[in-house]
Amino acid sequence: MSTHRFLVMTRSAPYGTSAARDALETALTCSVFEQPVTLLFLDDGVFQLLKGQAPASIEQKNLNAMQQSLPLYDIERLYVSKRALELRGLSAADLILPVELIDDAALPALLAQHDTVLSI
Amino acid sequence: MTTRTINGCPIRFDSEGYLENLADWTPGVAEVLAQEESLVLTEAHWEVLNLLREFYRQYEHSPAMRPLVKAVGQSLGKDKGRSIYLMQLFPGSPAKVAARLAGLPKPDNCL
Amino acid sequence: MILHTLNQGPGNPALLENCLTAMTATDTLLLIEDGIYWSLPAYADTLARVPGRVQALESDLTARGIKTALTTVDDTGFVELTINHDKVVSWF
Repeated sequence: MSTHRFLVMTRSAPYGTSAARDALETALTCSVFEQPVTLLFLDDGVFQLLKGQAPASIEQKNLNAMQQSLPLYDIERLYVSKRALELRGLSAADLILPVELIDDAALPALLAQHDTVLSI
Repeated sequence: MTTRTINGCPIRFDSEGYLENLADWTPGVAEVLAQEESLVLTEAHWEVLNLLREFYRQYEHSPAMRPLVKAVGQSLGKDKGRSIYLMQLFPGSPAKVAARLAGLPKPDNCL
Repeated sequence: MILHTLNQGPGNPALLENCLTAMTATDTLLLIEDGIYWSLPAYADTLARVPGRVQALESDLTARGIKTALTTVDDTGFVELTINHDKVVSWF
């Protein structure tokens, strides 16, 4: 099987819509097909990675649980927009997984490195 | 959906034979489901089934083959963390068969 | 007296701006769903511009792992708010 590099770009907060879960499941599916996949969190998408979520209160599954299995799917490239995080008064220490912070200026190069960019 | 009585307890299954309710599972249920797959559960099967249930508890989904192989390798040793080993224990589609015996939902993303 | 509910986060600042424009001092803004992210300290200045009261829905805060200094209401409190106001306007 030839490899195709996917970038899954996710911009929505968790739980309000299914977009965050859809993005995560898309990334897992890419991995199951043995394609390298990178996740990029922009805008309200950075809220997906916040620690301490407890969505049982709104009868949803905890996104943090599935996120923590990402290393088992060999998905280890997680980028978070530095600006989106700072605007929200957050830092990498507030997030559930180790991530790489990316400057706006580096986004075009990141997109260029991938064969397909999925915006979810 | 069907309801079957196993060891005296009514248990509901979905159309593909996976348990509807995780809490209905007992080791005895796994034994009965295994017999139907013509499997006899040994120590080697049980350590994988227990690992699967722990995976589900922690990550809230049933793993596809790739993460299952990796998780088995990390917990049970490198020589067990191989597709061929899991294929021998749970012939056909190990991620699906083992999830069913462990009382978990069918894995998404399973080829 | 109007109860305004807002269900989108800082990724959609125009929604909150529209809501603020339409509010008066006797109104209440209730942050629900992704709207609760506005209760983060980073947006204190924005919320200070709300002409009336601001509250946030407890179950949505808990779900998303957000703690706030705002007054919170549970589901029963939400129902009471809708009863105590003349009407409800949803910003979504």
